[in-house]
This record gives sequence, structure tokens and C-alpha cells, in this order.
Amino acid sequence: MTRKLLTALLLGTSILGSAGVAYAGDVTLNIESWRGDDLAIWKDKLIPAFEAKNPGIKVVFAPSAPTEYDAALGAKLAAGSAGDLITCRPFDKSLELFKKGNLADLSALPGMENFSPVAKSAWQTDDGKVSFCVPMASVIHGFIYNKDAFDKLGIKVPETRAEFFAALDKIKADGTYIPMAMGTKDLWEAATMGYQNIGPNYWKGEDGRAALIKGDQKLTDKDWVAPFEELAKWKPYLGDGFEAQTYPDSQNLFTLGRAAIYPAGSWEIGLFNTQAQFKMGAFPPPVEKAGDTCYISDHTDIGMGLNAASKNADAAKTFLSWVASPDFATIYANALPGFFSLNSAPVKMADPLAQEFVSWRGKCKSTIRSTYQILSRGTPNLENETWVESANVINGTDTPEAAAKKLQAGLDSWYKPAK
Amino acid sequence: MAADIRPKRPFRWHIGIFLAPAVLVYTAIMILPLAGTLQLSLFRNIEQHQVFVGLQNFRALFGDPNWSVGFWNALRNNTWFFIIHMLVQNPIGVMLAAMLSSPRLRFAAFYRTAIFVPTILSFVIVGFAWKLILSPLWGVAPHLMDLFGLKSLFTPWLGKEQYALTALSLISVWQFVGIPMMLIYAALLSIPEEVIEAAECDGITGLSQFWKIKLPLILPSIGIISILTFVGNFNAFDLIYTAQGALAGPNYSTDILGTFLYRAFFGFQLQVGDPNMGAAIATMMFLIILGGVCVYLFLVQTRLRRYQF
Repeated sequence: MTRKLLTALLLGTSILGSAGVAYAGDVTLNIESWRGDDLAIWKDKLIPAFEAKNPGIKVVFAPSAPTEYDAALGAKLAAGSAGDLITCRPFDKSLELFKKGNLADLSALPGMENFSPVAKSAWQTDDGKVSFCVPMASVIHGFIYNKDAFDKLGIKVPETRAEFFAALDKIKADGTYIPMAMGTKDLWEAATMGYQNIGPNYWKGEDGRAALIKGDQKLTDKDWVAPFEELAKWKPYLGDGFEAQTYPDSQNLFTLGRAAIYPAGSWEIGLFNTQAQFKMGAFPPPVEKAGDTCYISDHTDIGMGLNAASKNADAAKTFLSWVASPDFATIYANALPGFFSLNSAPVKMADPLAQEFVSWRGKCKSTIRSTYQILSRGTPNLENETWVESANVINGTDTPEAAAKKLQAGLDSWYKPAK
Repeated sequence: MAADIRPKRPFRWHIGIFLAPAVLVYTAIMILPLAGTLQLSLFRNIEQHQVFVGLQNFRALFGDPNWSVGFWNALRNNTWFFIIHMLVQNPIGVMLAAMLSSPRLRFAAFYRTAIFVPTILSFVIVGFAWKLILSPLWGVAPHLMDLFGLKSLFTPWLGKEQYALTALSLISVWQFVGIPMMLIYAALLSIPEEVIEAAECDGITGLSQFWKIKLPLILPSIGIISILTFVGNFNAFDLIYTAQGALAGPNYSTDILGTFLYRAFFGFQLQVGDPNMGAAIATMMFLIILGGVCVYLFLVQTRLRRYQF
């Protein structure tokens, strides 16, 4: 008797339950992501904004841990249980998914025209013909400085390299502040905040990067060795014991007000705003002489694609078109200062530091990190080697020429540019 | 003849049955994965298919400078790591044990526990704590050295190519010195009173008693500790990974076989993992350890004299 009742009850709830879902919305889209940090932003801001405009489509943001994301996503895709929308890592990881047929072709998606070729490059086939993810955000490199320190020492924001080094000398001579907060212990700081930050000005952004991929330029060319030469000159301006200084050490040195300049990625803005007790400003990597074209690393970092096996492809495409729209860009960029929308339409941001960073897009030419596309597919891995060599150059273990030679030799051992 | 007369014994099933659980569990969690690794190292992923390539992976590991330089560097570093443990950890362990077993020592239990505690700490805590202690920015090491006027001797050890590996070896020694100490301590306690008393009657006391009586008696334990250290060191990974990261900087100076294997097998950052090359490295590690253990078993252990009481 009780058992029958229970069965009936269970049956009833299951029918009612599914009926409830069907009633509330015709389609539910699931988003796979590694950005668990953004859960609140999606739930409270982005999804309500979308659902208000598109009744009938429900969206659920279901992140997994960053370290588990790739493996978990792979398993879910293989089992056919992955969500409709897939957050895309840049370059090879997503390209591999596309090649396996897990990501749908989005080249013709309405809204894709809002993005520049550089923005789309992270989620395209090598020939650039097919795009498979909507670019969501990028991070920009530059230098964040302690405004109070600059004011106190009477330094104006450097535009050229000469001014930059003059400023460093002045800070060093004064002695109150460590001129530059960077360490080489974690290696990637030296490469990402150093080499890839100042490099584009030397190799002329996309021109140099494309030439490197085509094989017209080599890492041993003057334009590619020069950033190493500048890095070697940074050594005397770094803090005591910078060889054992880790990334969090550098962040703390700067936010505690002990260092004047921080070679940065824009993702720091959120953290620095909450931690630093002084006024901050930012400047792009200084150029050779005033008036030169400046180049910035505007590195594509996160995108969103469509699961090729999704049963709700039409609804998902509606959502992706919205992700490609300026509406989304505005909400996203303001919720996460430092992660900049890749949308061509200008986005209004409230955060002054973020505004400063993004304003460089107007006067400088954007490029992405030189090692990320195609060139890091083999062994030895160019990106990882660049970490090691950049740190070596700053530590003085390798000369700039020797470092460049090693990198090029490693690249030559497996990479044959298409002729 | 006699065998024929003896009644045929029934097959002793119970032996098999009693052995079965251990054999099954051991096979499932040790032998099969090991065989799987060996098998994986003979294949290569070509166009999404595993293709049998014989010893090609090993040829690449030793012949291709992209791999061999890293491998020999890791092996060299690993050997240095081991040497430091043998020269520092084990003598200190023996010394501590000898001091602890001295009947005149007060608070022996306290010292014993205090020295053993780091061994049970997680390597994550150890790596992180030492990174902070040695930090040139906020570490206690520079301040302490300053108190004694030795500030000039301080360098950022973990960031310098020439010191990093030695510094990490010593951190590992600090963590694990409790193990040889405990084993030797147990061995020292098991030496019968009569032997010691006889030695004392013969006028052998103090240090010479340790060298002439106790040390020969604990040599087998020291042998066991050496082999445990060897296996532990050549399988080491965690401390380097937590303190220096997977790239084992600066300039691969702290790269040991474990971290080298990790990068090859799982990949790192933009480097995609290559399970086949990883398995080849794992196989080499297995062979190195197997070789070392064999050398010990056949050349050293058979020559150690044992004393029965």
C-alpha cells in the first residue's frame, strides 16, 4: 500500500517536474566553463540580461575546476553529455576539439563580423578560413605604476625607452622604492610580463609574428633578440634577490607600495584595485622614439563555441550571437575589469585603470603573444623554452644572442614553415 | 624408491587460496600498471592511432638532443640529489639515533618526536614553508642571518642555478632525516645488553664502543636505509614540483627524473603531453631503480655479516 503510494507519488512528481521545466522554458542551454570565479557574474548579470531579451531560452552556467576542465570536457564530449555551449581555451586545445568534430563551424554566425581578424585568430583553423568560437575576452600587457611614487619623485609617465630607463634610474637613485617589481623564480613572469610585453614594439606586432610563422623571420633576427637585450638591462632595477622572487611576491611588493613599476597583465586590475592603498596608473610598453607606432600584446584568452552534438543548436546560436553583441561586451567587461571585450564596438568601462589599458587599442596596434599560435606544437615547446630563456637572460645566465639561438634551434628541430 | 611408497599427498588448495587475495591485489595495482607502462613505451601516437614502434621512443630519448639533453641533465641532478641524501641525511640520522639511544639523554622522547614530525608533514607544506623561510623579501632566513652579522652570506638560494638543487636536497634531508633516525634507533635498541656489557668489561666504552661494537651491528639497517633512500630519491618529484614548479627552474637546474617525466607525460602549459615518451622515461626510471636495487641485493647485502643473538 505505502509502496504503491510512494511509486505513484514519485511518478507524479517526475511528470510534474518535467512538465514544470517544459512550462518554464522551451529550451535549456548548459554552458561548460573553467571560470568558476565568474559564476556570480553569469548568474546575476549575464544570464538574466539574456533571458529578459529571449524568453523561451533558459541558460545554466555549469563550471568545473580549471585544472580539471580539459579532461572533464573531453570525457563529457566523448560520452555525449557535454553542455550545449563550450567555453574555449585559445589556440591548439580548441582547434583539436574542432578537428575532432566536437565544435561546430561558426564562421557564418551573425555577430562574428564584430570581431577583428586578430581577435578571431585564437579560434580559427591555421588558414584562417573557419572560425569555431566567439571571442569573449582578452588581456592586455603594459606597465602599472604607483602614481603617488611618480608624483613624489617628479617623474612623468615614460613614453620612450630612454625616458623609461631614466625613470628607473631616478627611482633607484632615490632608494625609497624598488624600481620594478618582477622576479624570475616562476619563469613565466619574465617571459609573459617581460618578453611578450615589450617585444611587439620591436618585432612590429602582427607583422613580425606572421613572418615568424611563415619562416621569413627567425628568432635570431635583430627584432627578436632586441627584446632580450632590453630585458637584460632590467636586472639592476629589480628587487634584492629577484631570482627567488615568485609571482605573488611581485604582486605583494607592488600592492604594498614598495615598488614603483609593475610589468603587468590587465588581469591584475581587479586584485590591485582591492589591495593597493595608493593611486595607480598604467602606460603601454615604451617605444624607441616619440611618435613611433606602438604595438601592444592584446592576448586573446577566452571564447565560446557550440557543441556540434547539441540538440538545441538554434537556441545556442541565438545565445552566441548575443555573446558577440556589444550588450554582452559591456556587462562582461565591467564585471571583470582587466578582461577586455574583443568586440570592435567600443565598450564603456567604469574602472579608470581598465579604461587606460583599453584606450591603447585606439592608438597602438594589437597583436597576440608570439609563441601561442602554431609555434608551440612541438618538442621542445617554444612557449616553455621562452619562459626559461627569458629568466636566464634576466639572471645573466645566458646572453640575449645565446638565448635567441637556443630558441631558434629548438624551433627548427621540428617546425617547417609552409612554403 | 621412497617417494613411490609414500602415499600421494592431496593437492594443497589452501595454499593457492590463501595466497590469492595478495596475488590478485598486487597484480591488479602493481604488476598490470607496470606492464601497461612498458607496453605504452613501445607505441607512438600517429594520426590519433597507437602504432607499435619498437624501441623508437628510447632511441629518441637517448639519440635526439631535444630529449637526451633533458634526460641526462635530470639523471645528473637526481644523482646529486641522492648523493646529498647519502652524505648528509644518513650520517646525521645515525648520529641522532646514537645520541637518542644514550641512556643519559633527558627528554629523549621529545627530541625523537620533534625530529620525526617533519616526515609526516605534507610535502606541499614543507615546500611552501621553506620557500617562505628562504624568501629574500619576507623570509626569516635573511633576518636571522642579519642578527649574526652574516647577511652578506645570504643569497636567494632557490633562484640561483648553482645552489638551487643543493638547497632543495637539504630541505628534503630536513624533512626525511627522521626515517633513518627511527630505523637506526630501533636497531640500536635491539642490541642486547650482554654485548654492550661484555664490551665494557673489555674496556671498550664511549666513542670506540660505537665504532667497534654498535656500528657493525647496525650495518644491515644502514644498508636498508641506503636502498630506501635510493628508491625514494629516484622517485622524488613532489618537493621540486611544489617549490620550483614543473619547469624545475632556474634553467632546469633542479630538474630531476620525476619532474622530467611529469612534463613529458602530462605536458605543461602549452606543451601537450606525450604519454608514450612519458612511459619511456618511466621505464628508464624503473630500470635505473631496479638496477640499483639489484646491485645492492647481490653485491652488498650478501657481503654484510649478520649477527644472531
